[in-house]
Formats: sequence, C-alpha cells, structure tokens
Amino acid sequence: MENKETRRAILNYIERNSKANLGDLAIMMGTDEVTIANEIAEMEKEKIICGYHTLIDWDKAGSDMITALIEVRVTPQRDKGFDKIAERIYNFPEVTSVYLISGAYDFMVILEGYTLKGVSQFVSEKLSPIDSILSTATHFILKKYKDHGTIMVPQKKAERMLVTP
Amino acid sequence: MRNPLSKKIVQLEPSGIRKFFDVANEMKDAISLGVGEPDFDTPWRIREEGIYSLERGRTFYTANSGLMELKTEITKYLKNHIKVEYDPTHEVLITVGGSEAIDAMFRAMLDPGDEVLIPQPSFVSYLPCAVMADGVPVVIDMKQEDDFKLTAEELEAAITPKSKILVMPFPNNPTGAIMTREDLEPIVDLVIKHDLYVLSDEIYSELSYMGDHVSIASFPGMKERTILVNGFSKAFAMTGWRLGYACGPAEIIEQMTKVHQYAIMCAPTNSQYAAVEGLRNCLDEVKKMREAYNQRRRFLVHEFQRMNLECFEPYGAFYIFPCIKEFGMTSEEFANRFLFEEKVAVVPGSAFGACGEGFLRVSYAYSLEDLKEALGRLERFINKLREEQKYK
Repeated sequence: MENKETRRAILNYIERNSKANLGDLAIMMGTDEVTIANEIAEMEKEKIICGYHTLIDWDKAGSDMITALIEVRVTPQRDKGFDKIAERIYNFPEVTSVYLISGAYDFMVILEGYTLKGVSQFVSEKLSPIDSILSTATHFILKKYKDHGTIMVPQKKAERMLVTP
Repeated sequence: MRNPLSKKIVQLEPSGIRKFFDVANEMKDAISLGVGEPDFDTPWRIREEGIYSLERGRTFYTANSGLMELKTEITKYLKNHIKVEYDPTHEVLITVGGSEAIDAMFRAMLDPGDEVLIPQPSFVSYLPCAVMADGVPVVIDMKQEDDFKLTAEELEAAITPKSKILVMPFPNNPTGAIMTREDLEPIVDLVIKHDLYVLSDEIYSELSYMGDHVSIASFPGMKERTILVNGFSKAFAMTGWRLGYACGPAEIIEQMTKVHQYAIMCAPTNSQYAAVEGLRNCLDEVKKMREAYNQRRRFLVHEFQRMNLECFEPYGAFYIFPCIKEFGMTSEEFANRFLFEEKVAVVPGSAFGACGEGFLRVSYAYSLEDLKEALGRLERFINKLREEQKYK
C-alpha cells in the first residue's frame, strides 16, 4: 500500500477507535507494525494527529457537566482579522471549541461548565467585555443524541439470524 | 386421499444450511460466524428514502420490469463499474432479490433435458432452481488447489451437446474466490466455442479486494450470451428489502419479464425508490463498507495462519473457507461439535455442494470485537481437537 493510502486508512480507523493496537492495525491494513508506528509518530509530529480523546457520556457518569453553545458576533480588528479575538477566547480552559462560522454570527464557542451560573458568569464577565465583541447568544445543550459520530442514545440489538445462506 | 405433493419438489434436497439453521437458532446464547448478510445497517439515506416514499403514498405497483428511474440508474452504474452498456427499456428486469432473477432466467431459458453447468461450492439455489425449471444440473467441482476457481479443463470435461447454461458464481459464496480477467479468458473461449449462455451471479461484485471486479459480460461477444444478475443485498446492506436485477439480451429479458409478471407482478415499490437513492448517493458508503470488510478479511487470514488452519486467501465476498480435513471429521460433525462445545455457529462447507466437504464457511460480516471473541473460541476448540488426535 502506498504511504498516502496507509495514512488515510490509519486515520479513518483510529478516528473512531484510538485504542486500536498496532498489531491489529498492521494486520488489517496489510502492512507491518513498524510501518504503522512510524506513520502514526510522523503524523503526530506533523500535527495531523492532534491528540487522543475519550468520548464520555458525562450524564451516565453521574456528572452535572453542562455544555453551552455560544454564538458570538464581533468586529474584526484591523490587520489581525478574527484570529486575535479567537485567541482571547480559546485560551480560557473552560472553552472546549472555537470555530469561525459563516452566516449570521462569527464564532461558535463551546463551553463546558458545572453550573448555569458559572456559564453565565463566564459569558457576562469574560466574553462580553472583550472590546470587539458585539453580542452573544447562549444555548444550553439539553440532550446529546450523537457526538463525534457516535450515537449516544440506546441502540437496538442486532437482529440477524444466526445462520443464513 | 390423493398424494397432494409434486414428486419433483419432494425429491429436492432441503438446503443443508436450513438443517443447521434449525439447530443453531435453538441455542439462545450462541454467537455466530454463520450469516450470509452484512452486519451494517442499510445506509440511512436509503432507509430515509424508503420512509419518504411511504409518506408520499408510493404504495402502488410499478411497471412489471421495474421503475424506469431505477433501471436507468442501474445501467449508469454498470457502465461505470463493469464497462457494459445496457438499454434500460429492454435489457433490464428488476427482481425480488438476485434469487428471483436466477429462477426466472432458468424458467425462461430451459427446456426439459437442457443441462445447467453449476460449479460448486456455490450458493445453494442454483441446483434446485435448475431442477424446478426442468433443467438437468451438472455439477463441476472446484478445488482448493485452484483457489476454488473454475478452470477451463474442468469446464470442458463437463460440457455435453445438451449443455445450455453455465453458472458463474463469482465472487463466490461460500469460498470467497474470484475470477480475474486472465482466469476468465479461457472460460469465455469455451463458452463461445460451445455456444453456451452464462448466468453471471455478481451479487458480491462490490466486495472484491484485488482490483476491480471483472464481469464476464464485458468480454467481446459475451454480452449477448450473458444474463448478469446483481442486486442491492450485499453491496448496499439491503438483504431484507429483497431487491435485485437481471440484465441481458432483450429477447431473454422479455421472456424473463413474462415469468416475473405472472409470478411476482413487480418488485416492492418502496424498495425500488430506496434503491434509486442508494445508486445516486451512497456509493461512498459502499466503499467504506468494502474497506471494513477488507480489514477484517486480512485479520481472519492472519489469524487462521497463526492457528495453522489450512486456508487459501479469498479475495471476494465476505467469506473465508478454511480446510478442516486434518481433524478427521466431516464438516457437519465439526460444525455441530463447535456449536455445542463452544457455542459458535459456522456453516459446514458441504451445505454448498459435495466438494465443500472438509471445509467450513466462516463469515466476516461481523465487528472486529465479535470476530476476536469467536476466533478465540475457535482456537481453543481446534487445540482441543489436536490434543484428542494425539491420543487416538
């Protein structure tokens, strides 16, 4: 398999299961463990692979974690465009994602916190006072049906018969 | 009272899979490597289109030969994938699964005494369908040393003046064997030389792992003597929707349509609309599924090698066909013991023809986790058998 092909195959696989072990990956991609390990190390260095996360259903874990989506409208700064403002926002540790968005507003900010009050405090005391920010609209997530490609609500059991032609 | 039954039907052997199926399905906690259908759900776009078509009230018959829209999409798909052009109006028939296409073809083409050449191991329906159509099945045994391909020598030896149809079941269920362009060339020569027709069952064509699938219909002079059968069950994970198709010369399709018209009327309307969406927008998902199958295929081949279980490398479908002759028991005995002792269902190779004796059909239409669990049990089981043999 060509290097590019191997990379794509590895990424497609570990995007869904970063726990896959090198041995299994090597067999499934039709190559050897060293190649897989090297490619992964390379891609980590190149920041193609940016990290390994675990998808957690915090509700089930008994945590009161709440997630807010905040739409932010800003006036871009001269010479720096949106990037400088984004930096002001993404450096807060409670902010988990910041996206520049086309359409009615500019940034989509995703925030995790433990209380409603905490989130609203963050918005009113940290976010809104930033000079270039014109307005914000905060939405709280009530239920996660699907997250990162994984369906979070209970799924049906397999219904195939045991033996078929 | 008079005997209510037809001798012809009573004399048909029930499918060997059926027998095993009844045993396996009584075992509540058994796991399986025995299914002949994808583990993936039908892509949501297709299901959603099926729901939508019901909401729209598309609950009526379609034309006997199928929706023009679907037939047109099929011809586009075949042109792209196997480089054969069919006329959607006269050369395509939409059927209730590939199986109905097989049945309709035999009934439309066979007169009593006409011989049907059936390479085995292969899908369980060819032989009984030939018999039901008053044809005479002539079995050709394929061998492990040929990677379960059909060879020209074996074909030629089976041909008689009465031979009319050659069944080409590739990619193959249950062996996973494929026929490459080079493999097909001498077969094509014989087919033309002996003026045969071909039933090319390409239901697994999307599941080819060594380059693109090559259709025998794409060889010069072959389109006019081939009925190509394909469908949506395997590639699009749509087994329960019951939708397939046959493409071939207008004069044969016309007669097959007559059989279909009187026996079936038309394929389910809902499934036909859903399939249009599949051909238009789900080929990427088909590709993803193929990639997942290919990964599992490599995994199984590797594991069987590690266990020293004799097995040729399959390049098609989602089956692998290991040899169990070393254990000195029949496929059925092996499968039964494996089921009762380790609670794993596999299908005895003998269910697909006598020459499948000594082999098992193992399906990899399962998640990697399920495969690992089942293979762990298989390894334990064969280790036990090898121990037993030492003390014999």
